[in-house]
Amino acid sequence: MRSIKYAASLAAISAISVSAQAATLDDVKARGELNCVVSTGVAGFAAPDDSGKWSGFDVDFCRAVAAAVLGDGEKVKFVPTTGKTRFTVLNSGEGDILFRNTTETMSRDADLKLTFLPVNYYDGQGFMVPSALGVASAKDLDGASVCIQTGTTTELNLADFFRVNNISYEPVPVETNAEAQTNYLGGRCDVFTTDASGLASTRASFEKPDEHVILPEIISKEPLGGAVRQGDDQWADIGKWVVNALIAAEELGVTQGNVAEMAKAAGDVPSINRLLGTEGDFGSMIGLDAQWALRAIQAVGNYGESFDRNIGPDTAIGLQRGLNAQWKDGGILYAAPIR
Amino acid sequence: MSTPEQKYAPGTHPDLPPPFASTGPIKWIRENLFSSPANVTMTFLAIYALYLILPGAFSWAFSDATFVAEDRNECRALNSGACWAFIAQRWQLFTFGFYPPDERWRVVLAFVLLILVVIALLWENCPARKPLLILACVFPFLATWLLLGGFGLEKVSTDQFGGFMLTIVIGVTGIALSLPIGILLALGRQSNLPIIKYACVAFIEFIRGVPLITLLFVASTMLSYFLPPGTNFNLLLRVLIMVTLFASAYMAEVIRGGLQAIPKGQTEAADAMGLKYWQSMRLIVLPQALKISIPGIVNTFIGLYKDTTLVIVIGLLDPLGIGQASLADTKWQGLSSEVYLFVAIFFFISCFAMARYSLYLERKLDTGYKR
Repeated sequence: MRSIKYAASLAAISAISVSAQAATLDDVKARGELNCVVSTGVAGFAAPDDSGKWSGFDVDFCRAVAAAVLGDGEKVKFVPTTGKTRFTVLNSGEGDILFRNTTETMSRDADLKLTFLPVNYYDGQGFMVPSALGVASAKDLDGASVCIQTGTTTELNLADFFRVNNISYEPVPVETNAEAQTNYLGGRCDVFTTDASGLASTRASFEKPDEHVILPEIISKEPLGGAVRQGDDQWADIGKWVVNALIAAEELGVTQGNVAEMAKAAGDVPSINRLLGTEGDFGSMIGLDAQWALRAIQAVGNYGESFDRNIGPDTAIGLQRGLNAQWKDGGILYAAPIR
Repeated sequence: MSTPEQKYAPGTHPDLPPPFASTGPIKWIRENLFSSPANVTMTFLAIYALYLILPGAFSWAFSDATFVAEDRNECRALNSGACWAFIAQRWQLFTFGFYPPDERWRVVLAFVLLILVVIALLWENCPARKPLLILACVFPFLATWLLLGGFGLEKVSTDQFGGFMLTIVIGVTGIALSLPIGILLALGRQSNLPIIKYACVAFIEFIRGVPLITLLFVASTMLSYFLPPGTNFNLLLRVLIMVTLFASAYMAEVIRGGLQAIPKGQTEAADAMGLKYWQSMRLIVLPQALKISIPGIVNTFIGLYKDTTLVIVIGLLDPLGIGQASLADTKWQGLSSEVYLFVAIFFFISCFAMARYSLYLERKLDTGYKR
């Protein structure tokens, strides 16, 4: 009896809300909260801190979108997903937007009916070996045993690389990244391989990071970016231009610190004026007001600030900008102009 | 020469204490550890194994461990063993998940009430049992109100639930609901009414034929495709329903086992007394059947309780999920042993308590069938 009442009361209290389907923007505004699909934990990209507040590079993009749309970077509900569930959660409508270390591929774009946002991190698969092995290049790895996570693109890339270079390897199949780390540290495989960002953070967590080297070869392209459901172009535009705005802000020297000052009145640089809404009316083109980019930058800073705070050289992850530098600085970040 | 024995008349000598080696710990050790050459070998092997394992484990977990630190590097600098500072910094996250910090007293209050109610329900000689049983009747509403808010309390959405609190919410709800539903299903399966019988059989066989993880996945994602567009019903509620249905199907089979052990003469006697179906079930059959089924029932409860860790696949962060997410924090990366040990201890305590209670209950209800 007690139990039946419990069920009834739970059923009564649980919210059963009805909302329109296509216009994600209206849904998000009505809900007052952005449902952002993130991972269940990837170092530097998304993880809860000691007090339970999510932080990380991917998380910053969620907050920027929330700030642009709802005016507050804290109005985000994070939906943690595993690699298997991420697209189902997005496509079933449980999440509005996805920032989850996700490689943009043709099949995901076309077959899984996603629309990808601009790339926010250019990654690629690399190798780590103990420095005692004395290996300087991945091409010297003939006959090495390699810990591979089964069922990943990592596994396929690895097979391709060794076949093309006509060298052999001995696979040690493992299930998770944590298992791979344990096996590697225990000496059961000579080589640890995953995306370069993952290699760096894994190495940083070792007791003696100096005893391991990351080899120079990057053997695959892993452009990581956000994604939304296909079929809601306005919502995709919002995601796309928020990412572009953060990248452009760095290029234009707009930071979390100076953005409020710059947005007070139109300045000498037209592209900054257009970004911050002091010239033209670009916000309304994507269904937002003129201060959308201002709020996004105020919430998380520009691309470079977020990078430095979460995964940059001064953090435990210690990633260099590399490919992810602005095009002016030798990288390939190149935000489409806001005009 | 005289000996003390001669002081007593024949047959009046007081009992002498038993020989030293056949009492107390010495006797126990001789009988249990050194009773045969094989046992002697095993004992020494076991002592040697403990000697190998214990000192290392002890120094890792206690003497070399760090209890206060800000991050893992500080732990490393301070000592070489376990970094319990990680757990110390995050126990709130492990306990309450993302529940708003200012409102956590509500979770604590609900938990204290739960403990009181459980004690009153499970222990006959509990002081002030009557008022507590009345509390038990309103507890489900009270707990729901405390946890979810509304009516004067700040509302808290269920996606902020997490950690041990989430495990307990799912576990307790599943346990409390699956027993009555399981009993009904078991009775239904034995019913003479074909529709009821086949409905119950179909339900039980379908649910048992599908892994829980699949049901959870259906609950979290597929349901959105089946329901009318825009319908959105609470994820935690869906999980509670799925977990309860899953446990009920297993429970039904456990109870059916108990029902089959009751001789047909019992029901026939009940019929002869003029008892109706529900009367004979309530007064004659079920008390006996449930008593026999206690080990199986508790087994299912424990299984259900541990299965709650599967909710991580649908994005709810139970203690293991919180642990996994915490390990991705750059401050604490790589401390998996500490996390898993901590979570394991929590589950062990809960499950062991359930197992002990079931033993106590079996002893209490032992009225002549025990072999």
